Amino acid sequence: MSDLPHLLSLITFTPLIGALLLILFKAFARADDKAVVERNAPAVALVTSLFTFVLSVLALIEFNPADPAFQLVEDVNWFAGFHYRMGVDGISILLVLLTTFLMPLCFIASMGSIKSRITEYMIAFLVLETLMIGVFCALDIMMFYVFFEAGLIPMYLIIGVWGGDNRVYASFKFFLYTLLGSVLMLVAVITMINVAGTSNMIELLSFDFAPGLQTWLWLAFFASFAVKLPMWPFHTWLPDAHVQAPTAGSVVLAGVLLKMGGYGFIRFSLPMFPLASQYFAPVVFALSVIAIIYTSLVAFRQTDMKKLIAYSSVAHMGFVTMGLFAMNLAGLQGAMFQMLSHGLISGALFLIVGVIYDRMHTREIAAYGGLVHRMPVYAAIFLLFTMANVGLPATSGFIGEILTLVGVFRVNTWVAFGATTGIIFSAIYALNLYREVMYGEMQNTKLAKITDVTRKELITFAPLVLGTLILGVLPTLVTDITGPAIEALIERIDAGLALAASGGVDIG
Amino acid sequence: MMYLAIVFLPLLGAAIAGLLPKLTGIVGAQLITTSMLIISAVLSIYAFYDVGYLGHEKTVQIARWFAIGSFEANWMLRIDTLTAVMLVVVTFVSSLVHVYSWGYMADDPHKPRFFAYLSLFTFAMLMLVTADNFMQIFFGWEGVGLASYLLIGFWYKKPTANAAAIKAFVTNRVGDFGFALGIMALFTIFGSLSFDAVFGDVASKSDQVFHFLWLEINAIELVAFLLFVGAMGKSAQFFLHVWLPDAMEGPTPVSALIHAATMVTAGVFLVVRCAPLFDAAPVTSMIVTMVGAMTAFFAATVGLVQNDIKRVVAYSTCSQLGYMFFAAGLGMYNVAMFHLFTHAFFKALLFLGAGSVIVGMHHEQDMRYMGGLWSKMPLSWAFMLIGTLALTGFGIPGTSFGFAGFHSKDAIIEGAWLAGEAGIAFGTPAFWVGVIAALMTSFYSWRVIFMTFHGKPKGDVHTFEHAKESSISMLVPLALLAAGAIFAGVAFKSDFVGSSSAGFWRGSTVVEGVLEPADTGHAVVEAASHEPAADAHAAPEHGAAPADEHGGGHHVPLWVLWAPFAAMISGLAFAYWLYIRNPGLATKWAKESKFLHPFLYNKWYFDELYDEVLVKNVKRLGDWFWKGGDQRMIDGFGPNGFAYLTAAIARQAARLQTGFVYHYAFLMLIGLVGFVTWILMHQSGGH
Repeated sequence: MSDLPHLLSLITFTPLIGALLLILFKAFARADDKAVVERNAPAVALVTSLFTFVLSVLALIEFNPADPAFQLVEDVNWFAGFHYRMGVDGISILLVLLTTFLMPLCFIASMGSIKSRITEYMIAFLVLETLMIGVFCALDIMMFYVFFEAGLIPMYLIIGVWGGDNRVYASFKFFLYTLLGSVLMLVAVITMINVAGTSNMIELLSFDFAPGLQTWLWLAFFASFAVKLPMWPFHTWLPDAHVQAPTAGSVVLAGVLLKMGGYGFIRFSLPMFPLASQYFAPVVFALSVIAIIYTSLVAFRQTDMKKLIAYSSVAHMGFVTMGLFAMNLAGLQGAMFQMLSHGLISGALFLIVGVIYDRMHTREIAAYGGLVHRMPVYAAIFLLFTMANVGLPATSGFIGEILTLVGVFRVNTWVAFGATTGIIFSAIYALNLYREVMYGEMQNTKLAKITDVTRKELITFAPLVLGTLILGVLPTLVTDITGPAIEALIERIDAGLALAASGGVDIG
Repeated sequence: MMYLAIVFLPLLGAAIAGLLPKLTGIVGAQLITTSMLIISAVLSIYAFYDVGYLGHEKTVQIARWFAIGSFEANWMLRIDTLTAVMLVVVTFVSSLVHVYSWGYMADDPHKPRFFAYLSLFTFAMLMLVTADNFMQIFFGWEGVGLASYLLIGFWYKKPTANAAAIKAFVTNRVGDFGFALGIMALFTIFGSLSFDAVFGDVASKSDQVFHFLWLEINAIELVAFLLFVGAMGKSAQFFLHVWLPDAMEGPTPVSALIHAATMVTAGVFLVVRCAPLFDAAPVTSMIVTMVGAMTAFFAATVGLVQNDIKRVVAYSTCSQLGYMFFAAGLGMYNVAMFHLFTHAFFKALLFLGAGSVIVGMHHEQDMRYMGGLWSKMPLSWAFMLIGTLALTGFGIPGTSFGFAGFHSKDAIIEGAWLAGEAGIAFGTPAFWVGVIAALMTSFYSWRVIFMTFHGKPKGDVHTFEHAKESSISMLVPLALLAAGAIFAGVAFKSDFVGSSSAGFWRGSTVVEGVLEPADTGHAVVEAASHEPAADAHAAPEHGAAPADEHGGGHHVPLWVLWAPFAAMISGLAFAYWLYIRNPGLATKWAKESKFLHPFLYNKWYFDELYDEVLVKNVKRLGDWFWKGGDQRMIDGFGPNGFAYLTAAIARQAARLQTGFVYHYAFLMLIGLVGFVTWILMHQSGGH
């Protein structure tokens, strides 16, 4: 088994191959066969993504969790000194798995609910999958940048073409926010390549940037990652994007795209600029706590279900940034765990909204009420993920929250104190949403014939339900894989800090 | 294996009834959950004997939960005497409540769901009491919170039930906020989450100062205080009590099980479990005493004037929990546990008896429309009477004749007096509060009996005519609980708080010699039969203390001994005078009262205060952040401000619809290619 060559490339580009196939079908199909292509496109996409998932599971089997180094490494001299480098460590492999795990669910969820330009929609998602996996596998900073930024394009298309009524405003906002970050990050990337003389991330990870430079590079990366995650106050694009995006778009956006920001912090900012990270940690803490309290309260007042969940995502990402910049084992493990767990939970929550949106074509909370009478199975699933969102023990949501909190408590009790209020506020908005939608009498007469989840919907939820519960009860399944890599990361941070301390350099 | 069965059989029952109701059918779901619980209860009683009397403590490891560096916790069952006591309380009451619900919920269309929730609750509660570390106890803690939320809101068509469910969950979360911080502080200070490691380390950390927020505070005090905040939420103590009365929206069996006998006592259990911590935290213990006494007093005053039969019992629960807390705060952990134990029987009895009345009256809960029911429901009347005698602590001081509450509550009151004499802060005030609250307890309890069962029927004639005794499935649990309410006190007194207590608890909680009521005159007989053998079992650090105290000869004066008795009799007499001899007088007083009655009737205006200060401001803040913060400030300066500048472009883009995105995407790609090319050229040039 150990000689599956180019396994990561295979995982990364399999979806792209699927997309190319669809393009070819579409382009060369005779006029009367176009409909056939439209009809079969979802199946092609689903099979492709399932195949990708199987490959990524193979990669996980190949992967040795005890080894903190990058594994399954591929390094090809491409042209003009530009290398094609790929590899994963304990941090990235699970994010790859999360991506390949969520994509088939997105395709299943899209069947039937997307009615126009089906082939193009599938192509966009497959391309997006390749780019997202690429972000987590890339070991060359230039490649990373290309994947990272290019991922926005299919997302823009998904929101812009298959989105709601106000999609142009949403994509415009998205564009403005990310533009600044992208440009700054690119400048930083180029600077790093020039200073270190390499674009190889493994070498960059052990390169000690000068303290003053670290500050600037950190800020440039921060501009990009903070928007992507998103952190308060760079978050206002997210609710709009979610509201306009089709269900599967929201699932990918919340489930994977946001994690690219967190991944960026853990892969670049912390190990490459440890001094700057330490220097700016209080700022990140402040923004995280504000995010948790502020967006939770905003979520409480929303009247649109998707907006509510989007705001709650921002709050949950606050735990991620807080844990990351605690820069200790519990904090980092918690942040990683929270990212994975949030991928499952928020993905499920957007699917949950999708179920009733498909039936009633509204996301207004006020339009619903009393659904439990007609949709008992749906009610049970919704309840589980409401509780997971609230962070109830035995769901994955709890582990991420408590670990990040424990991590940050050791560093700063104020931050822990502020962030812990999140467990109160999350209960307020999540339970209120559940009550308004599910409980009470069925007031809206249009709901009288609403049907419970179909078998297809049940299939999309089942893996998420299992994942959320299993990770909640046996989180070591994740933390044992991420552990060694994170311990190595902490050593790297400490070494970076120690070096500066011995040099006595002031980074202010 | 046996312990796994005790804990996981209810979960199994819940899963089968909850997930496969179609397969089992309604009766099947009831049968499965109930029989699982009965098996669990029988095993628990054996475990109680095995652990409490034969001394076979045990820990059963199930699986690793998390292990992040030293932040590790296992799924584990820890069975010591303290746990065994709780096992009996939880499974015994729970199985009776399951049986009772066959009758009470007979007309409900959602029985499988109800029984699944009940069993799920029981599982979570069992996980809580068997926890071996702070993480698992938190798991159980939140699990019972979830079950409580689901059961309070069981009748989800009722807006009031839904509101009460959310209120319960959120208020508990305020407590959990403290609990969670407590766990963080604990781990930071002790580096471990396991009970044994933490409690074993208390002595060495007792002088450690910890920097928390702006405070420089003793580490143990901090941890104990934060944990107590959690306990306040779960056990509905003053300030965080507001959810408990509203929780009565749930079906009555739920109130009996969760909101009287088990879940609400979890806070007391937590304090008793963490006795080594609280014992080393005098300031926090003082706060515990104060809050407990305050709650005992406050809830009793409110209970005096409520008209809903369940609310009276609910406030009574709140008040009795206050007793348990101030006992624990004064260091009498075993006495608190004793009261918890007896209270479970008689309070579940009172609730289920009230439920029987409610069913008999066709779901009428307002006592103003009851009366004269004793002839219609003689058995319910008798059981309620037993519950009342137990709650009010009927018994003859100086003898061992008395109902369950007589032994446990009087032990608390006398212990408080002794504590005051011994110079422990708030001992004497707690004693007085205990006596005064006992008077009020007696009054409101008899008021319930008189208003519902005696006097003339005041309600709908038709309803009264059709009132009839409840079914056998409801009466059998009542009878068993009544037996507990009579005998639980006298039978277990010497083990819980008397001469053999050290040998009984075996270090599973702190048993303080100085306050051990075996020393009180109340238990003179037992003190005489004090066997040296009992001390041989005792934990070394506590073993010597009782003997010393016997030598020291702390005695409770006669007036202290008789004070609760006098309070009880006065309350009874006054209730009799007011509701039997002078019917109508109470209503007249209530009408004439300008301040006191409205103040008490509206529960000291806590709900109004919280609504005004907290709820409304949270909403206001949320709106302000959203509309002011996000929309006006962030968007206004950020993307929208930019948008005004480029309004023309935007308008054009809007007309082009999707074209805009395509253009952007294309430009982006071109730009990227350009950048990459530039870098590559730059790179090769540089080398």
